[in-house]
Amino acid sequence: MTPETQAPQTKAPGRLYRAWDSDLAYAFRTAPVAIVATLVVLVVVFCSVFAPLIAPMNPYNPAALNLMNGFTPPMEPNAFTGEVFLLGADGQGRDMLSTIMYGTRTSLFVGAMAVLFAMVMGISIGLFAGWRGGWVDSALMRIADVQLAFPAILIALLVFGIARGFIPDGLRDQLAIWVLIVAIGLSDWVQFARVVRGASMVEKNKEYVQAAQVIGAHPLKIMFRHILPNVMGPVLVIATISLALAIIAEATLSFLGVGVPPTQPSLGTLIRVGQGFLISGEWWILLFPAVTLLALALSVNLLGDWLRDALNPRLR
Amino acid sequence: MIAFIIRRLIQSIIVMVAVAAVSFALFRFVGDPINSMVGQEASIDDRQALRDSLGLNDPIITQFGRFIGNALQGEFGISYRLQMPVTELIMQRLPATLELALVSGTLAFITGLGLGVYTALRRRGVLSNVIMTGSLIGVSLPTFLIGVLLIWVFAVELRWLPSNGRGEVVSIGSWWSTGFLTTSGRLALILPAITLGLYQMTLIMRLVRAELLEVLRSDFIKFARARGLSARAVNFGHALKNTLVPVITITGLQLGSIIAFAIITETVFNWPGVGALFISSVRFVDVPVMSAYLMMIALIFVIINLIVDLLYYAVDPRLRVDRAAHSH
Repeated sequence: MTPETQAPQTKAPGRLYRAWDSDLAYAFRTAPVAIVATLVVLVVVFCSVFAPLIAPMNPYNPAALNLMNGFTPPMEPNAFTGEVFLLGADGQGRDMLSTIMYGTRTSLFVGAMAVLFAMVMGISIGLFAGWRGGWVDSALMRIADVQLAFPAILIALLVFGIARGFIPDGLRDQLAIWVLIVAIGLSDWVQFARVVRGASMVEKNKEYVQAAQVIGAHPLKIMFRHILPNVMGPVLVIATISLALAIIAEATLSFLGVGVPPTQPSLGTLIRVGQGFLISGEWWILLFPAVTLLALALSVNLLGDWLRDALNPRLR
Repeated sequence: MIAFIIRRLIQSIIVMVAVAAVSFALFRFVGDPINSMVGQEASIDDRQALRDSLGLNDPIITQFGRFIGNALQGEFGISYRLQMPVTELIMQRLPATLELALVSGTLAFITGLGLGVYTALRRRGVLSNVIMTGSLIGVSLPTFLIGVLLIWVFAVELRWLPSNGRGEVVSIGSWWSTGFLTTSGRLALILPAITLGLYQMTLIMRLVRAELLEVLRSDFIKFARARGLSARAVNFGHALKNTLVPVITITGLQLGSIIAFAIITETVFNWPGVGALFISSVRFVDVPVMSAYLMMIALIFVIINLIVDLLYYAVDPRLRVDRAAHSH
């Protein structure tokens, strides 16, 4: 029986590797949209992760700023200092390119952490509901249904507002990013829970699960070691699409002024600031962060769509 | 039928009680209501007296009962920040939000339906492809970005339309104020309505197109064509009519989202509606306003869901059989 219990563990990464090696990789090579989207995402992720190393300046280091550079248009030398900024400079003389790199860093961090939070929560609840069945399952799924009836942004706003009520004034700005991550994550777990629950209800009646039960494996071990690897495909698709949604949700909340603190601006904050300069004609402060956000969200979205189509016929 | 309606009603009431419980917990446990009402310098005795007079020392269940009783009478307390009854605040701002939601909902429905029918009938046309690709970008654009870009083009560069506010409003009756009756009010409505409606429009368009393509493939359409009916009669008399049930359902359900998404649009355009009130209450942790808004939105959602379900049930006989078989 020992090889039997070992099998699912060693088999799961093996199958994933084979899939990468053949079908998925082939589908990827033949989909120009997916390649372009991946390139965009990679460039954006690279620029934001290594922002401290490759950005022309650290926009939040007051010593590096020169107020004379304020409102320099893109690609034009400044009237006083003669400095040239690829994407222009904002009112404090910050280089827009660097600002955007640092802003994307915050956006991606919040988005990725929120999806991770939603994924862990959704998978745990989904596995538990699917495994236990009965009234626990119905109760959890009813809650999920009710939550699904409300737009995610409303839920995130509410969670954010409630959390702020509990946190003392002095800590609000420090904890704002984590509160935001939890708020967006809580608004997004339902998708994961539903898919995992559905799949685990199918999986739990299969023979390999019965075999594991017979030899007395702990239910938790069966859920996470045996069932989970078999429902990972759809989960990855949802995670990708959720990432785009989370990035947009973060930008929206920050734009509304209830997101990240002003000391750590994200793309949403930059767009909010840029909107103020539209009337006076400094369009570059708004346009470049907006284009970055759109390119990022659209690419991740397209990638998610492609992944769903590529994985669908075999895994669902 | 009656059993179904009763079951649906009970479900709705359970949801409302659950939301009321959340709302009450918010009201009661987030921050200290006493601290928010009296200043820093109030003595402990004063606080205790206020606590007693407000009944905050009663058992939780009694307090919850009182909260529901008050809510049923439209009583949600006093806003911490603005020092006004919450109900009055919301009532003042509700007309602005409802007018915006109504106009953008109608706009989304009419243009979505038109474009959906067009792209379905002229499937291979160049314009259809352009519209479909455009709708993909429309779905990926966050609502606030659409608003900002519209302001840039139409308010800042072209100077055709105002970028914020409601324009001049006219009061009707004791509490309703409308922007429909003045030119500036109507002009001010255009950009926010487009911003709010664009996402719903693409949604409706894609739905209409998919449904219509589905129906056009069915046998009764082939038969209608074989009978020699004109293309107009087949497309609009037979095919479109059969796609409208799901379309109306989804549109109905979207009405709730429109009111919720109005939060974003109202902030972008400085529109004096309930959504903007809610955002400021979140920012300043104004708990009574938050909990009242939550109850209001939940009530709207539950009512819309209920109506849509009942409509579905009344309109589509197949569903009736299905559901009956399922429940027994």
